[in-house]
Amino acid sequence: MALQNICGLKSHSGQGVFGTMTSQHPSRIDHFTFGSKCQEFALPVGADPVGFLKACSGENGVSIDLNHGTTTLAFKFRHGVIVAVDSRASAGDYIASKYANKVIEINPYLLGTMSGSAADCQYWERLLAKECRLYKLRNKERISVSSASKLLCNMMLGYRGMGLSVGSMICGWDKQGPGLYYVDDNGTRLSGRMFSTGCGNGYAYGVVDSGYREDMTVEEAYELGLRGITHATHRDAYSGGVVNMYHMQEEGWIKVCQEDVSELIHRYKKGMF
Amino acid sequence: MSYDRAITVFSPDGHLFQVEYAQEAVKKGSTVVGVRGKTIVVVGVEKKSVAKLQDDRTVRKICMLDDNVFMAFAGLTADARILINRARVECQSHRLTVEDPVTVEYITRFISNLKQRYTQSNGRRPFGISSLVAGFDFDGTPHLYQTDPSGTYHAWKANAIGRSSKTVREFLEKHYKEELVETDEGAIRLAIKALLEVVQSGGKNIELAAMKQNEPMKVLDPEEVDKHVLALEKEKEEAEKRKKT
Repeated sequence: MALQNICGLKSHSGQGVFGTMTSQHPSRIDHFTFGSKCQEFALPVGADPVGFLKACSGENGVSIDLNHGTTTLAFKFRHGVIVAVDSRASAGDYIASKYANKVIEINPYLLGTMSGSAADCQYWERLLAKECRLYKLRNKERISVSSASKLLCNMMLGYRGMGLSVGSMICGWDKQGPGLYYVDDNGTRLSGRMFSTGCGNGYAYGVVDSGYREDMTVEEAYELGLRGITHATHRDAYSGGVVNMYHMQEEGWIKVCQEDVSELIHRYKKGMF
Repeated sequence: MSYDRAITVFSPDGHLFQVEYAQEAVKKGSTVVGVRGKTIVVVGVEKKSVAKLQDDRTVRKICMLDDNVFMAFAGLTADARILINRARVECQSHRLTVEDPVTVEYITRFISNLKQRYTQSNGRRPFGISSLVAGFDFDGTPHLYQTDPSGTYHAWKANAIGRSSKTVREFLEKHYKEELVETDEGAIRLAIKALLEVVQSGGKNIELAAMKQNEPMKVLDPEEVDKHVLALEKEKEEAEKRKKT
């Protein structure tokens, strides 16, 4: 109320029992509802996730190191952006799923890839999809790739150090042309021509770096994407399953194919088997 | 009952009296005119005469909100100062969260939402200003929006607010032509001509700001304004001479 504001009294109705952070009413119509102003999750009073995680990492005995168990890659070329991901979901040494979906279709012009913790990626990227949709409704035009990646980056920064594990690439086509951004749980946000994430990314980088040309044909680009993921799944224990490949064009993305890596590897390594 | 004039609640016949009184306050403010051209937006204000000892550079009615958006207002100057400050913070906040400059429509919507909130909370009165928000989106399209104390906003090709706004708007309706404002000169001339309808004694009492595509807002020098005013007065004289002969 106006009188409360003038007297400097803070209203307590916004903070629940757990409130260490003020939570604004989540459906204010005029501004983004996430990020620095209001946190998605209220933390219990006295909780200190950052300190707890510091104690659990590295030299102090028990180490909880989160592997980004995946291989995903994306690169820009003359005819758009190619996005290729594997589909293995691992829980330690156990393969939890052979056909996990690691690409979220935010809208016909925006894709997000997931690597790291499956739960974190799925949740935060779905939240990003919600914000992109709200942006389009409020502003009557699609969100740009730069803005979408920035929104995800801000979400990550809000929980920095608290154990999120997200390595994502936001790809799309907006008014400024094809866009590719890498966003991770540290709050890093980079624009670039080619990225690969996950623990298989080293193998994928080797293959794509050696075969990449800006003026590739579409067919050549598809082959390069398939090769990158296939070779990475061949050597990396935490990647496998099928390759899901998308092509981001000016009129939107198309799903190119879904091919099993165990068949693809025979195509590419003719002399080996 | 007279109590509904003090707080913002509906009267029995559906009026919000406080909002309507705020609009009356706006009508007392000095005139502001805005014209949207093809590659330029122009806003002109009537400069009220200042006291001899007063430094007239501290009274600025046209304010930049960001590199691509500016606004002018009519009504209570103090209310406007608060709103402009909130709008400026919002422009930067938008840049920080979304990596893009605001569109003119977005910041107008923000200002209108703010104004509307004050018509629906008790203990507060509505803002006593109408504003003209003008500028370019980052894809280059020019926009001119008008907001009023009730929190509504509309896009306009040319508009006027403040004292004698009705006269000026009628003048603009008669003289606004798409071909006329295709040139930057044409838009500036139209804004000055419209202001001269209600402002006494010409160039000294007019302040004009123009924003061209991809350029920051520029306040025209008094000499430039005088040049345009003299040219327009000469045109008027020649038109009258031709009528007589």
